[in-house]
Amino acid sequence: MSLLDFARGPALEWSLIIFVIGVVWRLAGTFLFKGQKYLSKPKGTKFVSAGLMAIANKSFPPHELEKRITFQHYTGYLFHIMLFIVVFLFEPHIAFFDWALGISWPGLPTNVITFSSAVTVIILIALGIRRATDPVMKKLTTIDDWISWFLTITPFITGMMAFAHQNIGVRYEDLLALHILNVCLLLIWIPFGKLMHMFLLFPGRYQMGEKFEYRGVKA
Amino acid sequence: MPSNMTLGERLRKQGVSRRGFLKFCAATASMMALPPTAVSALAAGLEKARRPSVIWLSFQECTGCAEAITRSEAPTLENLIFDYISLDYQHTIMAASGDAAEAAREKAMHENEGKYIVIVDGAIPLKDDGIYSTIAGMTNLQILKDTVKHAAAVISLGTCAAYGGIPKASPNPTGAAAVSEIIKDKPIINVPGCPPIPVVITGVIAQYLAFGKLPELDALGRPKAFYGQNIHDRCYRRPFYERGLFAETFDDEGAKAGWCLWKLGCKGPITYNACAVTKWNYGTSFPIQAGHGCIGCSEPDFWDKGGFYEPLSAGTFSAGGRLAAAAAVGVAVGVGSAVLARNSQKALHHKEGA
Ligand code: SF4
Ligand code: SF4
Repeated sequence: MSLLDFARGPALEWSLIIFVIGVVWRLAGTFLFKGQKYLSKPKGTKFVSAGLMAIANKSFPPHELEKRITFQHYTGYLFHIMLFIVVFLFEPHIAFFDWALGISWPGLPTNVITFSSAVTVIILIALGIRRATDPVMKKLTTIDDWISWFLTITPFITGMMAFAHQNIGVRYEDLLALHILNVCLLLIWIPFGKLMHMFLLFPGRYQMGEKFEYRGVKA
Repeated sequence: MPSNMTLGERLRKQGVSRRGFLKFCAATASMMALPPTAVSALAAGLEKARRPSVIWLSFQECTGCAEAITRSEAPTLENLIFDYISLDYQHTIMAASGDAAEAAREKAMHENEGKYIVIVDGAIPLKDDGIYSTIAGMTNLQILKDTVKHAAAVISLGTCAAYGGIPKASPNPTGAAAVSEIIKDKPIINVPGCPPIPVVITGVIAQYLAFGKLPELDALGRPKAFYGQNIHDRCYRRPFYERGLFAETFDDEGAKAGWCLWKLGCKGPITYNACAVTKWNYGTSFPIQAGHGCIGCSEPDFWDKGGFYEPLSAGTFSAGGRLAAAAAVGVAVGVGSAVLARNSQKALHHKEGA
């Protein structure tokens, strides 16, 4: 069995299984766990709209902090958009989703993907440096952040290397295997680390809006 | 013709001009990516080469490899080169049969001890003492070991002999194995492909005849000259791959426009062979040019790398059922943990309330 056979076979199979079990477990556990019961009477009534408003409002920086968090805010946005483009709009990735889920959609030209990947890597490096040097960030950073950072940046690097394999003189199948194995590690890590925010972010904000409405607080 | 004639003498006797011969040498050298200076060395080597005895053993195979070489653009010089090996045993095309055929093999072995070349096509079944394929009452395993004992070198022709190929495909009911899994003490050149490209077969033989030594091989025992690059890096559809233009089906507009076949399962990026350079049938075309992705026939286990029509970014297993089962397990664990959490919270409330 070659490294690529291992990556496309047992490695991908088991990491996908762990990923699905982990994500569904955490989502089901989170949604079914009701949390604290309020003993007071509700102070508001529009729970759904409050929840939805919280999702929207929290997507913009709070006015008072806007100037001080411009860098991480806008690089964060750019990073997530670029990441979305690369993960979901690169044709070979779409072929993967088609295989796994049976759905596909149109992709973007490869040069757009290459550009987006490069921007993503640059932003991740910049955010990594900031995290390592900023005194406040240093205090807030845990090993979880570094694992998540590492497992997010490596598939981009190996993916770009696989695409440019001829220029760097490494066999395509080895780089593709490395890329897939990177993704496997990422899949295994997602449910158990901070990257789970990709699933919990919006439901979390919704729930917060709902709770604030109950207590009569403006989110 | 006397058997001790050199190849050069034979070619001249056949009326092949010196010019035609050099043209062949130049073409072979360029195919092997040898520098232009090597043409004269190749020509000189071939001129002086004497007709080696070749014993061709066919085991678990479909005869496609032999078929390919007999159709090798006859009557070109490549074919003549092939004529000028002394093919002393090949049970598909030899006139003799039965005991007479086996006697010819024995004779060739004795007369050319230590000098003859063994060509093998087909895998060798090992399970149950190799009873799944026998010739003249001997298992393939016995014949192989017996014949190779005094050979100078072995050429494993085709993917079955080189890596086990189709007979070895899962679940490999006969325990089929490659020559290199059995023979450990002889030089082996793998010339894989299903079948290998005829000019590659003759090219390898010509190189061996001319230089008298094994060509430089890659990690999978293939001559680097022919298997040094993957199909993808020499594919004329590559610009479409670079631009992200992929055919989605075999008859859509993309397919008609000649776009890249990656999404239709092309294995060109992981397949090392000369198809994109030498092409097939007089250099007419090759599978990708005919509109079908490469199936990776010159690679080990090409039959078991997921579907031929699944792209390389897909897994080699079927995802649907497994992922649904995983989701069900996730729900069960999630519900369980939520119930546990609620109970412990209730207990806490009671405690606080008490
Ligand atoms: S058709 Fe196959 S070999 Fe050719 S560029 Fe596309 S993926 Fe590569
Ligand atoms: S294109 Fe691929 S599958 Fe077809 S003959 Fe060449 S190596 Fe074999």
